[in-house]
Amino acid sequence: MTKFSPPWSALIIGAILLIYPMVFSGAFYLDIGTTFLLAAISASAWNIVGGYAGQVSVGHSVFYGFGAYCPLLVFQLFGWPPLAGIPIGIGVSIVVAILIGLPTFRLTGHYFSMATIAVAELIRIFTGTWDLVGAAIGLQGPAVARGWWDLTFRGELPYYYIFLGVLAVLLVITAMMERRRFGYYLRAIKTRERAAQSLGVPVLHTKIKALVLSAVFTSIAGSLYSLKTGFIDPESGFGILISVQMVIIAALGGAGTLYGPLLGAAILIPLQTATNTWFGGGGSGLTYILYGGIIVIIARFEPGGLLDLWDRLAPRKWRRSRAA
Amino acid sequence: MLLLQVIVGGLLLGAIYALFSSGLTLIWGMMNFINFAHGEFVMLGMYAALLVVVYIGGGPAAFGFGAAMALFILGVVIYAGLIKHVMRGPMLSQILSTFGLALLLRYTAFWIFSANFVSLPQTSLSGTLNIGGILLPVAQLVAGILAIAFTIGLHLLLTRTTVGSKLLAVSEDRNAAMLMGIRPDRMQALAWGLSGCAAGIAGALLATAYPWSPSVGETFGLTAFVVVALGGFGSVPGALYAGLIIGLIQAVSAYWFGPIYKDIVVYGLFVALLWLRPQGLMGKA
Repeated sequence: MTKFSPPWSALIIGAILLIYPMVFSGAFYLDIGTTFLLAAISASAWNIVGGYAGQVSVGHSVFYGFGAYCPLLVFQLFGWPPLAGIPIGIGVSIVVAILIGLPTFRLTGHYFSMATIAVAELIRIFTGTWDLVGAAIGLQGPAVARGWWDLTFRGELPYYYIFLGVLAVLLVITAMMERRRFGYYLRAIKTRERAAQSLGVPVLHTKIKALVLSAVFTSIAGSLYSLKTGFIDPESGFGILISVQMVIIAALGGAGTLYGPLLGAAILIPLQTATNTWFGGGGSGLTYILYGGIIVIIARFEPGGLLDLWDRLAPRKWRRSRAA
Repeated sequence: MLLLQVIVGGLLLGAIYALFSSGLTLIWGMMNFINFAHGEFVMLGMYAALLVVVYIGGGPAAFGFGAAMALFILGVVIYAGLIKHVMRGPMLSQILSTFGLALLLRYTAFWIFSANFVSLPQTSLSGTLNIGGILLPVAQLVAGILAIAFTIGLHLLLTRTTVGSKLLAVSEDRNAAMLMGIRPDRMQALAWGLSGCAAGIAGALLATAYPWSPSVGETFGLTAFVVVALGGFGSVPGALYAGLIIGLIQAVSAYWFGPIYKDIVVYGLFVALLWLRPQGLMGKA
């Protein structure tokens, strides 16, 4: 697929993201920056299973929610630093990913999509009724840091660079995956599953591996969110709109491409901030109408997203060169 | 006695689940396509009924017919404008097209009708019957019985008429059907119309008996998935039995564990079904 030399593009994007907080140092722009990074992390994580493997999850908030709840839960229950909850969230997400994937990946892709949304709704409603995890009220993190290990900072700048580091790790893993046998398996499955199977691709195993990898990073994204905000409730952890955001960002930029989710987040996050500012509190409704409209338009006209559109319209030398 | 009352109420609601789920299963069975916006179709059917009552007036027959027509047209339009173009495309397009549509319809409804719960003004169906100690609101009783009748009607339409045979022919072999002079496009548009129609009538029936807000679409959509998974994908009789069973389970679990747990039990059942019998209770492997 994309052969376009990662060192160059990665260096440029990395440099821009590194100096962004120095150029736009105001709290407002920094907030947009961290929101962008978080959205890019979760959309890139979704992209592994939804984009590369072509198994469209519409309930990825389930992993995000586990990741978001566990750090604050270990803090509230045992007084542990929230950091300790991250591996627990990852562990729970892996188990749930396997539980969803194992039965549905044997069937057609529709079953997987339905199962993800049903499980996400199930967990969301259940969380809202369970007092141990704060029920409908939610959980809170440490108000004042007891030490650096609480990862509770006053400003947003430390979060910005932590998020950037996680995003970099995720993108490096995705880029490595693209070139390896695993990445080719995923694309083969996405293009024609039966053919891939008959040529000896371990379809079920590969799909589950992709889902687990995706779930791990989605869970980490959720943990980062709750570490930063220090608060979580069922809607902000497991709400369907969390899943919607991952799907729309990845699909808008280009599902199944390395930089698609970054491009999607770079467009959507400022747009979302703008609509919320212009229309005030009532704007969130309009934002979701817009989201729905964008998703329908992508599905109908541009399933490859903006990067694919670019490849068809841009001058030849600016296109991402293609191996195939 | 109270339990009996709960059971009857659950079955009557389950009959309506059966009706709108049969619309979802029709599309699934015919085109291997899952409509994530089906619950929103039901929700729009409820508002269509309300609009007819408020602006045109007339009895249950009028708003029932209005909702059915409105959703039939919506189904055909969505097929022609969206589904036709994505159904052969990548899985991403297939899933995202109706998923995005669901969001679009849901939040547009929030925007137009606000998030407040509404209900139909008093109709000729108000009042309560007392049958052997069981109190039955007339509206619920009529809605439940009509829902069963329409579901059976849809089944008969699909199995006993020429149009039904044509629909079946297209679903079995599109090319062979074309060679027999059937236009697959028209038949599939008709299927989407019928699916919308089932959702519209179900919505109108629900509106007579239960208050609602735009958010009900999400719940009904998931309920329809569970009903279809239980009854077997593509089977209208399966949807009828499964709808009644789900209505019953929901009502009884709300009675035993508390209303908030009714959806947890039903969605949990869905996950269990995917593990144990993905082809559904009545479906063939």
